[in-house]
This record gives sequence, C-alpha cells and structure tokens, in this order.
Amino acid sequence: MSATTASPWRAYLAVAMTRFKMVLQYRAAAFAGFVTQLFWGFVKVMVFVAFFEASNEVQPMTFSEVLVYVWLGQGLLALLPWNVDAEIAGDIRSGGVAYELLRPLDLYGFWFARTLAFRAAPTLLRLFPMLIFAYWGLPLIGLAEWALPMPDSFASGFLFVFSVTATLALSTAFTMVMHVALMWTISGEGFNRLMPGIVPVFAGLIIPLPLFPDWLQPYLYWQPFRGLADVPFRIYSGHIPVNEALFEIAMQWVWFAVIVVFGYRLLMRARIKLVVQGG
Amino acid sequence: MPQIFVENLEKRFRVAERKAGLWGAFRGLVHRHYRDVEALHGVSFSIEPGELVGYIGPNGAGKSTTIKILSGILVPSGGHCEVNGLVPWKNRVLHVARIGVVFGQRTQLWWDLPVIESFELLRDIYRVAPVDFTRTADELIELLELSPLLDVPVRQLSLGQRMRCDLAASLIHQPDILFLDEPTIGLDAVAKLAMRSFVQRQNKERGMTVLLTTHDMDDIEALCTRLLLINHGTLLMDGTVKDLRSDERRVLVDFESVPQLNAEHAAFVREQDGNRVTFRVTGRVPEFIADITAHYRVRDLMVEHPPIEETVAELYRKGGR
Repeated sequence: MSATTASPWRAYLAVAMTRFKMVLQYRAAAFAGFVTQLFWGFVKVMVFVAFFEASNEVQPMTFSEVLVYVWLGQGLLALLPWNVDAEIAGDIRSGGVAYELLRPLDLYGFWFARTLAFRAAPTLLRLFPMLIFAYWGLPLIGLAEWALPMPDSFASGFLFVFSVTATLALSTAFTMVMHVALMWTISGEGFNRLMPGIVPVFAGLIIPLPLFPDWLQPYLYWQPFRGLADVPFRIYSGHIPVNEALFEIAMQWVWFAVIVVFGYRLLMRARIKLVVQGG
Repeated sequence: MPQIFVENLEKRFRVAERKAGLWGAFRGLVHRHYRDVEALHGVSFSIEPGELVGYIGPNGAGKSTTIKILSGILVPSGGHCEVNGLVPWKNRVLHVARIGVVFGQRTQLWWDLPVIESFELLRDIYRVAPVDFTRTADELIELLELSPLLDVPVRQLSLGQRMRCDLAASLIHQPDILFLDEPTIGLDAVAKLAMRSFVQRQNKERGMTVLLTTHDMDDIEALCTRLLLINHGTLLMDGTVKDLRSDERRVLVDFESVPQLNAEHAAFVREQDGNRVTFRVTGRVPEFIADITAHYRVRDLMVEHPPIEETVAELYRKGGR
C-alpha cells in the first residue's frame, strides 16, 4: 500500500488531461469544422443583414450585438452538448464500463473528467482560429462591417470568460446525462440525431433568443439551454449589462448543479442495473 | 481472519430471451421472456495471505463471475464475501485501491496511449507517490523487459507484449492481492513461461496473494499450491494439485513385434497401436514392468502420469447435472 492521501482532484485532472491530449490530435477534423462554421457564419450574417435592412422598427438587439452572437456562436459551436463521445459509447456497448469500476474513483467523477476534455478540446481547436479570423481577418478582406466587435467593456469581457467557463461545465453536465442514458439505449445514434435539432434552437444559435416573440420570452428565459450560448454572448456584447451579468452567471451554475444531480442519480440507477445484471 | 473470505456466494442473471426468426422478434416486442441463469450456486472458500490459488472450471462454470464479485464489479444475489476485511461492492473505492486485476480477454491500458503514459495515468488515478512509482515502475519494467515497449501505443503491441504491460499496470499501485482471469489465454510458449515465472516471483518474494483462473493445466501445475474446481456454479473440489493425481500410471511399451498378450496382461491395455501398447496400471508398477519384460521382447518403455487434463475433464463430467 503506497497510495498517499493526495486529493482525488489530481486523479480526475490526469484523466481529463489524457483525454484532452488525445482529442487534440484530431486537427484535420478541427480544420474542416472551422471552414464549415466559417461558411455558415457568412450565411447567418447575410441573413441578418437582410433582416435589419428590411425592417424599420427598433429591434431588441443591435446589428453589432447580433454579430457578436453569430461569430461567438460559430466559434463555440463544438461546445454545445449535441453529441456523445464515441469512445464512451463504445465502452458501454462492449461492456467495458464495468471495468472502470476497478478504478478507485467515483464513476461520475471519472466520466465527468473524460467528458469535460471531450467538450473542451475540440472547442479550443476551433475557437481561436474563428475569433482571430472574425476579428482581424474580416477587415483585411474588406468586410470590416461584418467583423466581430470587441467586448462592450473590459468588465464585460472579463465576465464573459467566467460565463463561458460555466457554459463548459453546463455542457459537460448535459453530455453526461446523455452518456448515462446510453446505458439504456446502448446506441448513441438517437442522441446524435435528436440533440442537434433541439439544443441549438433553445441555446439561441439558430435565432438569437431576444429576437423571438415577446410572449415566448418568459419560457425561453427559464430554461437551462440558455446558459450554453445566449448568456455568455450577451454578456460579451453588453446586451446583458455588467450589473445583471453576475446573476446570469450564478443562474448558469444553478442549472449546472441541477443537471449534475440529475445525471448523478441516473448513473446510480444505471450502476445498479449494471452490477446486478452484469456487463 | 483469512484475506479472502467467501461464503455461500450466489449470483443469478436475468437474461431476456427471444424466439428465433421474424415471428420471435415480433413477439419480443409485445411480451418479453426472461430466463434466470444461475451463475453461482452457493460457493464458499477462504484464502490466506500469500497463497497462490488456481480457480478452474469449464466455460460458463462461474469463474469470471466470482472474480468480478471479488473485485467489486458485480454485486452478488446472495451470500457474503470479504476481501482484506472489506465488502467489495460496498466499499468499492477503498477495496479496488488494494487489489490488482488482469483480464486476459481485454486490456485495461489506454488503447491510444504509449505504455509509459498509461502507467503514469494509473499512478495519478491510484495516487501513488512519485518516489514509490519510480521504484515500482523501474522494477516492473526490468522484470517484464518492457523498456523497448514503453513508447509504443498499446494498439500496436502483440498479445504477448500487451499481457506483460497489463500485468505491470495491475501492480503499479502495489496491491496485496492479484486477480488474474485467464492471463495466459492466446499466449505463445515463451510468453506463457515469462508470465508464470513473474507471477511466481511476485508470490514468493513479495508474498502477494494470487487467485488465477485458467484453462491451461500447465499453468496450474507450474504455479498453484492450491486448486479450486468449480462447475455449474458449485465448488467441486478444494485441494492441491497432488489430490488430482490418482495412483494410476500409464506404462507405454514398444515391443519388438506385435505382441500376443495373455489374458492377464490384456486386461491392463488402454490402447494399442501396432507394436506400441499403453497399459493402465494402478499400484505395483515395478512388478508389472518386471512381469512384462520377462514375458515379451521389449524395445523401449516409459511410465507417465495420466494427463491432468483427462483427470479434470473427468471431474467436470462427474460434476454435470
């Protein structure tokens, strides 16, 4: 027995870092993703240009705020919980999950660390090229009026970083629910087809949430998917002012806690099924 | 208190059944049939620290199920078991930190990682102090001759290489019990020998308790001081390899020509192939040989134990319900 009393965080961190390094290897996929998201970014911007030109009314968002929404959305697309980790899905299908119980770690924590890396690594690969291109690249090719604006203020930019951190946690918690549910559905195909239809709409990535009709606003406000995109993007652009931002970030963490508790309970039930029924 | 204590262990699985064919598939949609499979049927044994125990039985006898319960992966349907004073499925995290497990059928290394990175990850997962890790890893790398493999991703290793790495990986945290589930399956002769001598050394020098399942009787003969034999979820035998050996001997005789055996000698014949006759003799072997050489012209002669596989196969059949 040589195990020390070091904190388990080191273990979870090591698991996450390992997975992170592995996902970082998929550079070709990241490049393809970048090109695709750039293309869709242009399409979206052009749609909004037409929208703002066709209307004389005062909109709930300015064009500049919409630009922030579009480009950050394209850069952070991979962060949305829209698919499952093929590696974890494979482990579940083959019964390999049972063997993870051999590790002296909490199963939820173990998977959460892997899932966190699975969400974070592809996002980091795509985010920075997108930000750089949208901020410096677009003016260079004569599209300065479509470029990504700077954060509304220093405080907005600072709070945006905090909010995106919460987004990562929230997205990981959502993905964990999907991973746990795989123990029943076995195949991840259902989620991989269903979630891209639901998540982007409620997160605001199809149409920014403030542009939905007024009567829908209360419903859109009180749902967890907002924290995946709408909240950090509007904090960046100042559409959510600095004094309201802290509350919004707190709400992201509240939703995070709710979804973690749900996923954890679900995993406990799945574990009983697993250990009682066999792998 | 023994180190491993198992009493009346039971395990039932519910298996969903479906009749073959399209009609069966449709019926399965509406009404599911379940069948209870009894994997363990009240198994009891106990193992003291430092024992090297072989756990054998035919396919589906319940060997792996027992190992999975002992290592905290499965919860039994009944009975009791304690390992190092802990109930595996209740104190799982504490328990698994003190055991090492190798499944011959699947690797526990990370498929895409170089071997050394898998070891380092295990170091962090088991929270092994860096000093201890360096010492243990160096020792394991030397004993199992892993240095040329350390930078190779696991997926590129041959089965024999992978098993050596898996074995090392299971010992990084210096467990005091090692469970080996079919560790020599699919290995060539050299790899098997390396595996055996390593396991033996860990047991002799470090006093590590080892429970090993296998289909290879040579593993058992080479390694185990004690044998547990299980079939249909019931323990059939708990004893030594010697206990398996009866007094029976095989006497192989090459005669000068096809022999005309008298009735007394013919009664001992097990099989005959031209000039070569195999006799089955229990007790009084020297007298029998003297008698044969006195009566016939013999070119060559050899005495053997009956192969242990045959004895075991016999026991498996007897245990059949």
